[in-house]
Amino acid sequence: MDSALIPEGAKRCPLPKFSIGIAIVSAVLLWGVYAMFLCWFKGLNQTNMNDYYGFALWIWADLAVIAVGGGAFFTGLLKYIFKIDELKNIINFAVIIGFICYSSALLILAIDIGQPLRGWFIFWHANVHSMLTEVAFCLSAYFAVLTIEFIPNILENRQANKVPFFHHLAHNMHGVMAIFAATGAFLSFFHQGSLGGVAGVMYGRPFAVREGLLVWPWTFFLFTWSAAAYGPCFTLLVTKTTEAITGKKLVKDNVIHLLAKISGWMIVTYIIAKIIDTAYWAMVTAPSLGFNLSHFYTDNSFYGYWMLITEIVICGVVPGAILITKSTRENPKLRLVAIILGTIGVCLNRWVMVLQIMAVPVMSFDTWALYIPSWQEIATTVLPVAYGVILIAFAYRYLPVFPQEQELNQVKPVTE
Amino acid sequence: MFPFSFEWVWDMGHMVFFGGFWYAIGILSAGMTYCIVKAVLNTMNDSGESH
Amino acid sequence: MVQENHNSAYKFGMVIDLDKCTGCGSCMVSCMAENNVPFKEDETNKKDSITWMRVYKLTNDKPFPDTEVVYMPRPCQQCGGKGDHGHSPCVSVCPAVATDYGYDTGIVSQIYTRCFGCRYCMGACPYHARYFNWWDPKWPEGMEKYLSPNVSPRMRGVVEKCSFCYHRYQAARDKAYAHGNKDHIKEEDYQTACTTACPAGAIVFGDLNNPAHEVHQIVKPDPHPDPRNKHVAGKSRNPKIFRLLERLGTNPKVYYLSEREWVRKQGDNYLEGEWEKIKNHHGKASHG
Repeated sequence: MDSALIPEGAKRCPLPKFSIGIAIVSAVLLWGVYAMFLCWFKGLNQTNMNDYYGFALWIWADLAVIAVGGGAFFTGLLKYIFKIDELKNIINFAVIIGFICYSSALLILAIDIGQPLRGWFIFWHANVHSMLTEVAFCLSAYFAVLTIEFIPNILENRQANKVPFFHHLAHNMHGVMAIFAATGAFLSFFHQGSLGGVAGVMYGRPFAVREGLLVWPWTFFLFTWSAAAYGPCFTLLVTKTTEAITGKKLVKDNVIHLLAKISGWMIVTYIIAKIIDTAYWAMVTAPSLGFNLSHFYTDNSFYGYWMLITEIVICGVVPGAILITKSTRENPKLRLVAIILGTIGVCLNRWVMVLQIMAVPVMSFDTWALYIPSWQEIATTVLPVAYGVILIAFAYRYLPVFPQEQELNQVKPVTE
Repeated sequence: MFPFSFEWVWDMGHMVFFGGFWYAIGILSAGMTYCIVKAVLNTMNDSGESH
Repeated sequence: MVQENHNSAYKFGMVIDLDKCTGCGSCMVSCMAENNVPFKEDETNKKDSITWMRVYKLTNDKPFPDTEVVYMPRPCQQCGGKGDHGHSPCVSVCPAVATDYGYDTGIVSQIYTRCFGCRYCMGACPYHARYFNWWDPKWPEGMEKYLSPNVSPRMRGVVEKCSFCYHRYQAARDKAYAHGNKDHIKEEDYQTACTTACPAGAIVFGDLNNPAHEVHQIVKPDPHPDPRNKHVAGKSRNPKIFRLLERLGTNPKVYYLSEREWVRKQGDNYLEGEWEKIKNHHGKASHG
């Protein structure tokens, strides 16, 4: 029925089957949209946030999707600036994932602020010394970059490409994509960093505060580095999931191995820096303010040393080691374990840098504050996931996202 | 955001921050303008050739 | 914005005598009435109810009969930030300049119509002095007539906090101007609601820069930075006086006074054995 829109030579499931899948995910999406409107119309009393937890699940979700969406800028940087040509086979998908992540982040931010209609104040009345201002500017600008990077892929749709103007526009945009990618890398460096800076500059919070370079605390650089390191893990994970759902191989192994190898080395270098940062903070920064490391990990029912070990060792050192070793990297199962652990690791890091900061008591007579999100918060956090699934489904069905798809599926086409 | 906003100060912080921002926006706008104008010209050339 | 004027301008602050405080809560009540602070029908959850002035209960954790209790009123600490340069933890992070440091008064402002409710300032404040309006403010019927016309009520979705009764400062400034001496606000003309309401006289408020003011005489703020921590300025030279979390370098303008060592110790965090070394320096002048 919609075969005229499907890329030439590509096999897709029948439209009714596709529609049923979309309908199921849309139900989840609508649940999230309902919660979103509740928050907008009734206010943030719909959440379980409180004056101890001004930042909670949503800010974590924001930081997490931006971190895992870092695969877009980093892959773009490698492809267009460092000219690693193999990555052209995965760049479209990395961009789509990035587009989903960043649009989700902007949406969550729009729900998260107490006066959404005043959201533009952050631009108009900008305080240039606030890390959050830098986040807002660079995030919005980078979202524009992702949109620009996504447009040519949309215009390559079989029908759209028949329109001469669209055909030429897509071609021209490909021609100057390196400039857009470079701008995107510049913007990403700053907003990923600023998100780290958000925590690092809070000198009233000994769990968060870090020394740094000029106006940038070390968390600034760690966040940028970790997004570049773990972002590709998420790109690979979503690619793997898409391959599993469609039952097709979509990207050649050499491309996957290359991205996994780069990601592995980035993770290893990042985790070394992270260990040094943690050790310095634990042994110098925090004690200078009167805090032992144990203060941050004991006397409460949730945050223990397990969190630190899981983040740094299990979800940092382990995936890094797997991905830099040729034999383990090229073993599909171990690679899958590594990219799952990596994705969890960066999300856990963002959780720690948002929620644990709020949980730790600072005044000596204060107490730990734990928090469980309300269903409205969970629904609005699931909303972007549903939206992402739908967008990927449409993009995969109607756009030539994977250049190697036909070649890989020529010999033995998947029966439907 | 703009020099006419009352909290604007001509200091290093504002110049570096907004310098970077407007520079990035400038590149994106110029890049897109170039692509669109060129696409319009290409399309016009196409239709010219077909006659 | 004129940072250089800080020393010649006012620097309002307070000292709270914890040995006098009985924990009666008059300061909290007067603050709420004075500043049109909204409340909920059920105020049991202290994590989402608004109390610009909050009284904490501290104990020495000793079993009977050695148990001692102290009540600690905690308004906004009006931090001067690291080095007392006006970069308070909250002011420096606000993305929309909705909270600002008054270099002429030392008071941290909150502009309700500018705040868009991102709550970054709340995360940055270690004192939990900032509160978010999770609900629309609602007063029981008839009570809206008792609202102060001098303080704007806040809308849902913005952050608010103690302003050191800034409207009283404005009134005192107007009065001084009318009397032809605009640069000299009398001590008795500007006093916060909590100060005037305290039946025990535990709160003393005034200009920390003015040696004639009682608060200055009690606190004796050290004009030099603390040699042990370059971020700390205005440390008290009275050994019985401390500030909350002074080591973080937030430089609050609210000082606390107590004869009891265990109370002073709870003002900050110390590693094991550290207090024994530090307490001898505590509150003493760094420069003679």
